[in-house]
Amino acid sequence: MMKEKLVTQQRMRTQAGRAEDGLGPNTDIGARLRALYGAVQEEGVPDQLLDLLERLDSAEQAQRTKNAARDGE
Amino acid sequence: MLLVTENSAVAAEPTSFKREMLATLPSLRAFAVSLTGKHDKADDLVQDTVMKAWAKQSSFEMGTNIKAWLFTILRNEFYSQMRKRGREVQDSDGAFTERLSVHPAQYGSMDMQDFKKALAQLPDDQREAVILIGASGFSYEEAAEICDCAVGTMKSRVSRARTRLQDILKITGEADYGPDAVSAQVTTSNHSF
Repeated sequence: MMKEKLVTQQRMRTQAGRAEDGLGPNTDIGARLRALYGAVQEEGVPDQLLDLLERLDSAEQAQRTKNAARDGE
Repeated sequence: MLLVTENSAVAAEPTSFKREMLATLPSLRAFAVSLTGKHDKADDLVQDTVMKAWAKQSSFEMGTNIKAWLFTILRNEFYSQMRKRGREVQDSDGAFTERLSVHPAQYGSMDMQDFKKALAQLPDDQREAVILIGASGFSYEEAAEICDCAVGTMKSRVSRARTRLQDILKITGEADYGPDAVSAQVTTSNHSF
């Protein structure tokens, strides 16, 4: 009996997750929050941001190669 | 000869820091939009964050939560810029004010506009709390770390935010709609489509 109650509580906690705070998958506010957020996410990442990341990465790669060459000598 | 092999191995291996950062960018950007309310400012903020994070990458432990780490940097950057520039930055209503035309199919645009307005009426700390928990997918512990507050504080902010949103929107059906949530909403609400 006790164990059953405990299991139920645990299941409710993991299953509903956020049911207690009203932001779970089937709540109106939770769904709308995710809809707004998701709409921005789906816009994709602007090219300038991707370019920036590419530049940072290739600068680092170049530095690493340079260091490796220097250390190898 | 050995050196060449090592070098090409280094070059061929995709930087996992970069890869993980790329994977987080869409969500990070959505959070930035929710903070700034504007897409152009959000993109500037994300750009500053990417540069900061790149410079600090040695302080990041691979395999730990890069998403929470990046969100923390972005949030700190946002508030430090706000402090420098003063509250004039807050010229918009805050939170997703632009691009009102973008909305998922199951909601009418009027409906989402109301929701955006309601969100904008929340105090900053409550708005970010409800977004981090309700939309970004963080746990209370992670969100509390990002916002540098206690877990209990985070919980109460989320709870107050939800209550406030419900009051503003006069939503009574906060409880689960059951498995058929979407169709239940469609039939029970008077959303304009």
